[in-house]
Amino acid sequence: MIKWLLAWRYFFKRPISILAVVAVALCVFIVLVVMTVMNGLLRDFKQKNHDYAGDCIIASDSLVGFGYYEDFMDILREQPYIEAVSPMAKGVGLIHLKQYKWDNGIEIHGIDPLLHSQVTNFANTLHYQKQTPGNAFSPQYAPQLDGCVTGIDVIPLGRRNSDGTYSFHDKPMQMELVISVFPLNMKGGLLRSLDLVSTKSFFYSDDSHSGLVRVDGAVAYIPLEQAQILCGMDSPIKRISSLHIKFTDGTSFSYSKVAKVKFLWDEFVVQNADKPGSELFANVRVQSWQENRRSIIAPMEKEQIMMTMLFLMLGVITVFIVFVVLYMTISHKSKDIGILKSMGAPMSSILGIFLLFAIFIALIGSLIGSVSGWIFLYKVNDLEDWLYAHHGWQLWDRTVYAIGDIPNQVEPEVLAIIVGSAVFACMIGALIPGLQAARKKPVQSLQVNQL
Amino acid sequence: METIIKVQNITKSYKMGKTRLEVLRGIDLTIKKGEFVAVIGASGSGKSTLLHILGALDRPDGGSVHYQNQCLDCLRWGKLNHFRNKTVGFVFQFYHLLDELTVLENAMAPAMASVSAVGWLALKPKVRERAFGLLERFGLKDRLKHKPYELSGGERQRVAIARALMNEPPLLLADEPTGNLDSQTGYGILGAFKELNAEGQTIIMVTHDERIAAQAGRTIQLTDGKVKES
Repeated sequence: MIKWLLAWRYFFKRPISILAVVAVALCVFIVLVVMTVMNGLLRDFKQKNHDYAGDCIIASDSLVGFGYYEDFMDILREQPYIEAVSPMAKGVGLIHLKQYKWDNGIEIHGIDPLLHSQVTNFANTLHYQKQTPGNAFSPQYAPQLDGCVTGIDVIPLGRRNSDGTYSFHDKPMQMELVISVFPLNMKGGLLRSLDLVSTKSFFYSDDSHSGLVRVDGAVAYIPLEQAQILCGMDSPIKRISSLHIKFTDGTSFSYSKVAKVKFLWDEFVVQNADKPGSELFANVRVQSWQENRRSIIAPMEKEQIMMTMLFLMLGVITVFIVFVVLYMTISHKSKDIGILKSMGAPMSSILGIFLLFAIFIALIGSLIGSVSGWIFLYKVNDLEDWLYAHHGWQLWDRTVYAIGDIPNQVEPEVLAIIVGSAVFACMIGALIPGLQAARKKPVQSLQVNQL
Repeated sequence: METIIKVQNITKSYKMGKTRLEVLRGIDLTIKKGEFVAVIGASGSGKSTLLHILGALDRPDGGSVHYQNQCLDCLRWGKLNHFRNKTVGFVFQFYHLLDELTVLENAMAPAMASVSAVGWLALKPKVRERAFGLLERFGLKDRLKHKPYELSGGERQRVAIARALMNEPPLLLADEPTGNLDSQTGYGILGAFKELNAEGQTIIMVTHDERIAAQAGRTIQLTDGKVKES
């Protein structure tokens, strides 16, 4: 019992413990804020990638693509765990905006907008046709024309505001976009020897804002059939670049479903091995969305791991501060240790006093750090808005970074890990001086005071 | 009378730099139950060292210490803690009270040291009652909530005596209990010891003051690390 009483009294009567509490509180505050923001950014980034790709992707590594996809789509549609499938033809080319005499490199995504909206979040990325994605390629100003949807940052019209939002007209502006693509034959060579480039005019019909810089700044969506013609994927076998799949239970899909699709695909490849163009199956991979988008997500995950490592170092500093505080406390309390030993207090009680002292520091410090961190995060967007309004300063320049609000949702498990780590770090810091105190001979401790 | 503590040929030395200082050079001693023994000697004669060995705060280099029929040298740390908690009460020259605790809590400390927080809930009323009784006996009933630094030297020493008696130990060991007090207060403390001894409490007191030692029932003189009884 005496360890509880003394630990509590030492905690309250020794001003130095306030320093340790402040150190722990600052550590918890910083780690909570940074981890919440980093986790939020990563979670948001992953979600956007998931929204963009669907649950499972069957994709070719080659721009040539693969054929017989409609047969395989029929097989997939029969599976009870598959909700929808969307084919996509991809190619690279040039875009020319006639009105502004502006050109740029571009990635062509040929899709069926309705099907693609069933598999991915495509409909929600649109501005004008959000509710009617089936009409995404029908320009409102002239529905009979061939429309195209461009990534919101593809055409530099200066619509991106400094706060990260975009300005839109009531209706899409009439703009003619000439898209040129190098069509490839099934062997990967240029399809035509004389007329090297396929060119077609499209009319701007909508914007797609996925929140992914590499998509919004480089992709133009056009109808699947048009993309197949432009990219040379329409003959002699109709080909696509990828099939995007949505599983029935939405986001909570499992890897076993990906494995099932992979099994079906392998079977399909064997059954169609003798058909012309079957050699293109060799370049096809069946992947979960995480595997498919790994090259995009991995750098950000690495950045998060680096941040975690940096904060581990911060934890080491906390351990050291607690160690120093405990060491000083114990050297001041050497007499008390002797007194307790003369009363028969066991080693575990002596060690317990200092471990409890450290736990009190950790808990009170964590409480203060967590509450202040939570308040800061709760108000961080208001604070940033205020700073921007009054001083023109933003944490992330929204003209550069594709983020909206700063993520501020505190995850209970992250908070629990931080508080647990703080308690653990403080106990580690207390362990060595606590053990030293516990192992002291009673006579040694008592004589310190008498000298 | 029954022997409470028996010391046979104990030796103790300390290393002081490159030389070894022999403090106790073969002490033989027997203390009977209910005795009030004063250990007297010059400064550095080993009085306090002997007292620490008797109270299991220190171990001798050689020889043996028996409490009743129990060999203290054979006890492991856990048993020694139990021995110090239940069998011995210490009173020190510099009181050695815990500054963070009140007078009442200091008095209850030995009882608290041996129980868990859960066990304490059941034990607390009884311990509190005994602590009240002891502090009242030593004239401290109005000082229960005071901190040690708010008390005079005599009051602090009385709190220390109350604390030493908390667990009703058969053996009370006092190391220069009046050494830090004026003579009047010192005699007051001595009076308390005599009163306790009259009630059957065994007391071993270390002092360098022959007048104080004369108040005890038996005096043991320590000279050059050896006993000379008078």
